[in-house]
Amino acid sequence: MDKIEVSLTVNGRTRAALVSPRMLLSDFIRHELALPGTHVGCEHGVCGSCNVLVDGKAVRSCLMFAVQTDGAQITTIEGFGDGDLDPIQTAFWEEHGLQCGFCTPGMLASAKELLDHNPDPSDEEIREAISGNLCRCTGYEYIINAIRSAAAKLRAADPAAA
Amino acid sequence: MASHLDSNVIPPSRQREVPRQGMTWIGQSIKRVEDPRILSGKGGYIDDITVPGMAHAAMVRSPHAHARIVSIDTSKAKDLPGVIGVYTGEDLATVVDPCPSFASPPVPQHAMSIGKVRHVGEVVAAVVAEDRYIAEDAADLIEVEWDVLPANVDIEASLEATGDAVIHPDDRESNSALDQTFAFGPVEQHFAEADHVIKRRLRWNRSSAQAIETCGVVADYDAFKGGYTIHANTNFYNFIPFVIGGSLRVSPGELRIIPVLAGGSFGSKVFIHKIIILTAGLARLAGVPVKYIEDRMEHFMNSDSHGSDRLYDAELAVMEDGTFRSLRFTVLDDYGAYLQFGVGTHGNAMAQVTGPYQIESVGMRVIAVLTNKCQQGPYRGFGSEVTNWVIERMVDATAEELGRDGVELREQNMVQPDQFPYMIPTGNIYDSGNFQEVLAQAKGLIDYDAWKARAAEMRTEGRCVGVGLATCMERSVYGPTEWWSLNDKEAPGFTLTSTPEGISARIDPSGKMFVTLNSPMVGNSPETVVTQILAERLTVAPEDVVINYADSQTGFNGVGPQGSRFTAMIAGACVSASIKLEERLLRFAAHMLQRRPDDLELRNGAVGVKGLKDQEKSFGEIALTSSFFRLSFPDTEEFDSGLETTAVYDHPISSDPHPDREHLGIFYPIVGHICHIVAVEVDPGTGKVDILDYAAVHDNGTIVNPRTLGGQVWGGTANGIGSTLFEQFIYDDEGQFTNPNFAEFAMPTANEMPRNFKLGHVETPSPFTEYGIKGGGEGGRLGAPSALTTAIEDALKTYGVKINSLPVTPPTLRGLIRERELAITAE
Repeated sequence: MDKIEVSLTVNGRTRAALVSPRMLLSDFIRHELALPGTHVGCEHGVCGSCNVLVDGKAVRSCLMFAVQTDGAQITTIEGFGDGDLDPIQTAFWEEHGLQCGFCTPGMLASAKELLDHNPDPSDEEIREAISGNLCRCTGYEYIINAIRSAAAKLRAADPAAA
Repeated sequence: MASHLDSNVIPPSRQREVPRQGMTWIGQSIKRVEDPRILSGKGGYIDDITVPGMAHAAMVRSPHAHARIVSIDTSKAKDLPGVIGVYTGEDLATVVDPCPSFASPPVPQHAMSIGKVRHVGEVVAAVVAEDRYIAEDAADLIEVEWDVLPANVDIEASLEATGDAVIHPDDRESNSALDQTFAFGPVEQHFAEADHVIKRRLRWNRSSAQAIETCGVVADYDAFKGGYTIHANTNFYNFIPFVIGGSLRVSPGELRIIPVLAGGSFGSKVFIHKIIILTAGLARLAGVPVKYIEDRMEHFMNSDSHGSDRLYDAELAVMEDGTFRSLRFTVLDDYGAYLQFGVGTHGNAMAQVTGPYQIESVGMRVIAVLTNKCQQGPYRGFGSEVTNWVIERMVDATAEELGRDGVELREQNMVQPDQFPYMIPTGNIYDSGNFQEVLAQAKGLIDYDAWKARAAEMRTEGRCVGVGLATCMERSVYGPTEWWSLNDKEAPGFTLTSTPEGISARIDPSGKMFVTLNSPMVGNSPETVVTQILAERLTVAPEDVVINYADSQTGFNGVGPQGSRFTAMIAGACVSASIKLEERLLRFAAHMLQRRPDDLELRNGAVGVKGLKDQEKSFGEIALTSSFFRLSFPDTEEFDSGLETTAVYDHPISSDPHPDREHLGIFYPIVGHICHIVAVEVDPGTGKVDILDYAAVHDNGTIVNPRTLGGQVWGGTANGIGSTLFEQFIYDDEGQFTNPNFAEFAMPTANEMPRNFKLGHVETPSPFTEYGIKGGGEGGRLGAPSALTTAIEDALKTYGVKINSLPVTPPTLRGLIRERELAITAE
């Protein structure tokens, strides 16, 4: 199979690569771009661990091909903070929103997508937003607390957005 | 206490740090030390490992539950560009021997099948290729010819199998792998004296932990030295070399197992010896390092971690006034096609089989049944999740038949606070507890009486609302006699008795304290708890503690996070290391301060003169001076450079099983207690259960970190909700595993979890562990199924639905309701 050239922005940095048309976006991110923070849990689009933000939307990177992202803006967990933990990551730390951490990158992507559009979500809206992300460790409650806390942090940091 | 327990003497406590109030770091919900690197994507899981020249493996899996392999044609696969090698079970057998088995007699298993497959998903061939895509393409080109044999799926029918249906005909004439009977105390007499004998047939169906990360290995064979370097996400990396060295034909010392952060285990990653052997063998055959990461289907079908799958015929002997006398049962357990650890899950359950109740004797017949399914492995509870549910079901059944209130009956039979340490008929002890206080707190949290009244009122309005309460035990700090104590006493197999946990600690001239652990992180919080305990004991600042992990060659003595042991065990190692370090700190500081060691104390990361605030030397200063200014100290051995120590802690209190198995000894004695209360509403039209309210109160002794313990309780409860309402592996009559994926094996999402979870703790310290810490990693799953089952029965009181089997998925529950609707109509 001939490889195809793709050029995209990942975590603010332009990346160009020749990829096989069948390469999954998740494999491309992890193994070609050497960003292992995106995790592959089921490879059939259910668990949400591989969620990344593609043009601001949380998507299953195991259900997309890398070639589909030509020209896209992608944010992975490595691109959340600027050398430090961002408010959502900080809230997950403070509220014990992770145990093994394997589902966490996908949770963060879903949380960021929610909070980008809804700065003051209700608990039910938070539940709904992460209902496509499986976590086997936490029972979700502390994740919900973390996202609620992150929303408050983001509102406090940028009152105009709220 | 019954006379059969006379020989089971409780040893004196070896506790050094007594439980106390007002500690500085133990008891604080500090933020986890582990989290920043994980939250920034730098956790370092198995699939993040890359080594130079690494190739990738893909497997050909059996599509049949039971079949002979007639032939395997690998020629097309070998011709595919990018393929390095294609291997069958015979090829692998040139470099590896069969898998280890703790069962006695062992059930033979190959990492890659030879001649025959015994469940769907077994590996029959492997491809090693330049990348995983090519490896999977090549795997698709391998053609296997099969001679299909009869599949054993049903637990009772499998015991009757003959001829071609026998799964291991070379080793066993039937599919019964083990059949053992025990009487712990005068069971027959107690049943003869009983006024009532309550009987139930109870079924617990198969599921598994399904951590979000599957299992994986990166292995490299060193042809010159003859050993292997292996990265694997096992819980058990310091022990595994001794288990698998024989299979890999090397000495344990020639295996370097390097730990990685594991993406969840819940027991499922304790062993993973089969894929380590498989991947290592492939690396040796292919002559390159090989990575193999299970895909999700492989993890469902072939990961040796299926959970309990049991059928109980249970009887409880009860007196007229409701006093419990004796419990006896016959249990069949569907272990699948192999038996990696014998009936260890039943050994485990004997730690707390009588629950929180005073029951004088226990009788058991356990039959390990082989079927054409993946073999069992550990899953949060390790068998005790089932016996907890069985005893609670039996108590509810007794309440119903005697016309008693279930909670009142529980209180009547509960062990009292002044009876600890309390020895149960199997010989295990409950070290401490206050079950009444736990119950009272749980009832208070959820306002139990008000909920009972409200549910009754709602039922009169036609709604199916009910309340359930369960009082359960949570044994912790496992002892390994559980693996073999139920084997034939004349041939018990490998009679392991040690569970050491070690730590190395060094105070560096920079002032940092470098600590090396010998057990991996699997989602628990090893670095956080160690930091808190060392900060407490040595007064170091938590930010000065830096944690690393040894590999199997640089470290030793780690059994890992399993059996809710790690926190209590590592606390012991931390205390031992602290005692040794303190002695050295005081000796050096005494010389530096020109005082006697007795005049000194540890305070805020320094050694100071008692009563004199300004006379002290910081740990860093002492370490610096002792390391770089040796000539400042006397020229004797005790002033040898540096502040470093290694310490190992062994089980705080355990003993051997009785030679005749009149009892099993003390093997799981650090015992917590839990009470779960839940209110549910059932939609009778669909069988869907909504959780309206939930309270959980756990007593795990002294709490090191309330928030991380809370996370364990929550997570375990979510697993328990899944086991009760949703999760079941479904095999069809041919032994096809019909739902091995996350779309059809439904685990709870945030939407299925209760909205009003109320969490409480009682702290009854252990008299045996340091600081009185007990384990708390499994309690949620040990309590939720019982409480939910009772609540659902209560909600469906008007229908008279009885729940004797879990899970009650919506279609299952709808079926039970329909049966009752038809029966009621017929009446």
